[in-house]
Amino acid sequence: MGSVGAKEVPVLLSPDGKRIDGRQLDELRSMRIVAGALHQADGSAFVEWGANKVMAAVYGPREVHPRHLQQNNKAIVQCKYNMAAFSVDERKRPGLDRRSQEISKVIAEAFESVIFVEEFPRTSIDIYIEVLQANAGTRCAGVVAASVALADAGIPMVDLLPAVAVGKVAGQIALDLKKEEDNFGEADLPMALVPQSGRLVLLQMEGHMTAEELSKSLDLGVVGCRAIYEKMKQALRDRYQLGGPAEGASA
Amino acid sequence: MGHGHRRGHRGRGPGGVPPRTDGERTLVLPGEEIDVRGLQPGPGTYRVEGRTYASVLGLLSRRPPVVRVIPLSGRYLPKPQDIVVGTVTDVQTTFWLLDIAAPRWAPLHMTGTPWKIDVGELGQYLRVGDTVVVAIESIDPTGRIGVTMLGDDLGKVDGGTVVTISPAKVPRVIGRSGSMIQMLSAETGCRIAVGQNGRIWVDGPADGMVRVREALRLIEEEGQRSGLTERVAGYLGSTRDPNDARGPIPTPTRPPFEPPSPLDPGDEPDDGDDEVGPAPF
Repeated sequence: MGSVGAKEVPVLLSPDGKRIDGRQLDELRSMRIVAGALHQADGSAFVEWGANKVMAAVYGPREVHPRHLQQNNKAIVQCKYNMAAFSVDERKRPGLDRRSQEISKVIAEAFESVIFVEEFPRTSIDIYIEVLQANAGTRCAGVVAASVALADAGIPMVDLLPAVAVGKVAGQIALDLKKEEDNFGEADLPMALVPQSGRLVLLQMEGHMTAEELSKSLDLGVVGCRAIYEKMKQALRDRYQLGGPAEGASA
Repeated sequence: MGHGHRRGHRGRGPGGVPPRTDGERTLVLPGEEIDVRGLQPGPGTYRVEGRTYASVLGLLSRRPPVVRVIPLSGRYLPKPQDIVVGTVTDVQTTFWLLDIAAPRWAPLHMTGTPWKIDVGELGQYLRVGDTVVVAIESIDPTGRIGVTMLGDDLGKVDGGTVVTISPAKVPRVIGRSGSMIQMLSAETGCRIAVGQNGRIWVDGPADGMVRVREALRLIEEEGQRSGLTERVAGYLGSTRDPNDARGPIPTPTRPPFEPPSPLDPGDEPDDGDDEVGPAPF
């Protein structure tokens, strides 16, 4: 493949079909989810996914500040996705940037489609997602963490929201990209699925794909999401079945 | 298996682990399908194309004619006649706003107090940060929570501290016919006001307040296990002042909790006694 700038492009797919970390094309990274990790928030969750470490906290429903944002007939959903300065190799300058704003918006809208917002008029459901360590797929890890946190907070929803990024590496469709695959691959497709209805409430793409590759990616992503869904449920059962602090579901 | 709960994941994907039962009450998660068995879907559920699903994380409860999910988490949802402990968060010209741990703040109108107040003088009676015990009067269709301070045992409280627990655990703090709260109060010499909203006001000698706080933490974290009353009594007894000459702490005897058998037509409806809210798990 040759060099890109000063870095050498890694071999993303070996001749025997193994990815850079030894995974198969349809294999997820290991995942651990702990529901209720924070006691102060109304709901919370901590997710370790591959090398990602993401914390989500939910407050609400609660009064809206500033007041003019409130809706008479429903709750608003606000999301703040943020990457800690130390979460990436090259220090990320703290504070809002365009990417964080975009991700925050996209995640808030995804949850707005599944939360029964009409039950809490004139309130706000606030979701905070903090990325402590990043290795591709952080917005998906954030959605997973936030979804578990919302359930932990007792917010009524249609379903939990599993999410995963599918991509194209070395010409092949692969599930759950890691950092090198995201950086040097040909396409990245994060998505979030509502298992109850089979619908997607988050879908974005960077890169290039044919229509057929897209279709294949969506199918693969749905399969990945359903597997993640089971882990999310298990994390919540671990927390509430015994009533104490959760050990979390292991991959 | 207990209720014979139908697997909610048939044909929906990998796994399909049936929800586990917790003492005859099944834990359900948002999106899990519920077998209604002819009952009407109630709070905590929703229907799509003839099928019923849970909307909140909680315990499935079948009490004819309704099947509902009792949330195990979530903010306090006010009900008329509940007594709650609140904190003043804002002072307006004719009313105050109270934080009662609910999704919205509750306005307390100046006419809902025993004082004769002129418009604009409200700050002289209640200021931001003050703690009050009020009763929920009404909830209007827009969700506005009406509260009043007129009534026995309602009013401003001075001093002391407010402990916050999950509203779901309040019935355990009160105990059957108030037995738990009476034990706490008698043992520690503290005055205690328990709000249905999970806010508990405590005032008394410093060491008593520490013991109440710890006992409440015990109840919140271990409330779902059996023998709670004995364990709380044990904690209180072990932390007594060495000079305390009183006898052993009486723990009221009561029959062991018997979960309804799966063939029961259903539990009796709530009759508004002490144990409002989810039954002990």
